[in-house]
Amino acid sequence: MDSIASYSLGFFNNDPSENTKVIARSLKNRILSGICIALSLLTMVPLISIIFLLLKKGLPLLGLNIFTELPPAAGMAGGGFGNAIIGTLAMVGIGLAISGPAGILSAIYINEYSPASRLAQAVRMVAKLLTGIPSIICGVFAFAVVVMATGTFSAYAGGLALAVLMLPTIILTSEQALMGVQSAYREAAYGLGATRFQAIARVVLPDAFPAIMTGVMLAVARAAGETAPLIFTALFSQFWAKSLNEPTASLSVLIYNFSTVPFPHQIAMAWTASLVLVAFVTLANITAQTIFSRRH
Amino acid sequence: MQTTKEAPVKMPLDDSNPLGRPDFISVKDFNFFYGKKQALYDINMDIPERQVTAFIGPSGCGKSTLLRNFNRMNELIDGIHNSGDIRILGKSIYDKGVEVISLRRSIGMVFQKSNPFPKSIYENVVFALRISGNSKKSELDECVERSLRGAALWNEVKDRLHESALGLSGGQMQRLCIARAIANRPKVLLMDEPCSALDPIATVKVEELIRELKQQFTIVIVTHNMQQATRCSDNTAFFYLGKLVEYADTQKIFSNPSEKQTEDYITGRFG
Repeated sequence: MDSIASYSLGFFNNDPSENTKVIARSLKNRILSGICIALSLLTMVPLISIIFLLLKKGLPLLGLNIFTELPPAAGMAGGGFGNAIIGTLAMVGIGLAISGPAGILSAIYINEYSPASRLAQAVRMVAKLLTGIPSIICGVFAFAVVVMATGTFSAYAGGLALAVLMLPTIILTSEQALMGVQSAYREAAYGLGATRFQAIARVVLPDAFPAIMTGVMLAVARAAGETAPLIFTALFSQFWAKSLNEPTASLSVLIYNFSTVPFPHQIAMAWTASLVLVAFVTLANITAQTIFSRRH
Repeated sequence: MQTTKEAPVKMPLDDSNPLGRPDFISVKDFNFFYGKKQALYDINMDIPERQVTAFIGPSGCGKSTLLRNFNRMNELIDGIHNSGDIRILGKSIYDKGVEVISLRRSIGMVFQKSNPFPKSIYENVVFALRISGNSKKSELDECVERSLRGAALWNEVKDRLHESALGLSGGQMQRLCIARAIANRPKVLLMDEPCSALDPIATVKVEELIRELKQQFTIVIVTHNMQQATRCSDNTAFFYLGKLVEYADTQKIFSNPSEKQTEDYITGRFG
């Protein structure tokens, strides 16, 4: 029997050797699926164990005072980290206020205005390189630009470090989001006499908005958890911040500080701070997704 | 590149349509290039007002390219250039004073694949008004009803104007695109294979609509469907390899074409 004929016979083939081959193939298929399922379950183990550990060690100290009180001095009990929560929110806010508009507008330029231009290619390449840069280098940059110039550690410096960190993610995910907009929409807008600005503002951006916001939230989530760029830009503070131009506490640096001291209460508080940080980031992600995925 | 100049193809306008100008759109010695590749060769033709003119021919023959030059949509592509002239109502669309934006606003266009915006039905229709800065509710409302009635869609959607356009059926979407294209009361309606993605029933509706719309608009339609050309056009132009082979009254083209190539194409011998 020639090979083409036996290949097409399938169900109608009574040749027993062909049958064994089919059984072997379906067995192989099942084994492979099994391996895939097992491995995907395995990837969930670290995440679930982290959450479990955070809840177990962080919950005991979780209370209202955590949000309203200042960190305890070394060896002392009680207190909270309200100033670190505010500091993290402020610095992520500053970072977002800089990198959000800059990143989204760059993405609009490189995808909508002149995708093939030298400038666009350069921006794209720099953004890709920037994603690979260690976060501590962003801190070095902000240290040189803000801390050395103003002579003080500050929330501004920390915010700038986070902005540099967030920028490439926002540029690249926004570009992807804009690329995902059907070109038929642009064509329809131009066909109706829209200017480029109108086509972007009224058709392209609204359609790409959910995807852009997802990218922005990714960047925020990453920035909120960064310690390295904040250590020598915002430093830390035991007190409530009076201005953005002074050393500022943050959750990540608090976790870093408290987890390296020998006092059990501080270590327990570091766990609680970790829990609060993860909860913030998760909450922000979920809200962003539910708000921005509601669309036509 | 072709060097010999052909005489302009005669306009098949007769007395049965005394409404409009016979040279409403006038194409003169028009050549068009994508980069180095020439897509249109010395096109000369006059398209009459308030009639339906169909462009037929095999894929790649240049019919869509010519259509997309009427509102200068081709200029969205890099590296194109052209020579010759296209006039609408005697005015060149390439004049220095012509803003391509205002040209496109006065010419409606319907695309092969229906492409309503991911917005409500209402917002789709009023898009052209909104981008010209008109946001008076009474005028927008009037425009929505007039355009949707014009596109024979009003009765089907009047109760859900503020629902997403993406929930409509394929045929309704394409009629919505027609409503959107006529919202600004353009003089010309360009249709680039408007029925090629529609089922036969939706196609019949759009064709009826085309015959209806020609009382108000000058319509140019690109089609691959020769029955469609016979059903709804007054004049037919046959393109082949970037040249206008024959342009005449639709009945004449399909019953008694003067060119061998046209006859071969419409009888299905190639293409």
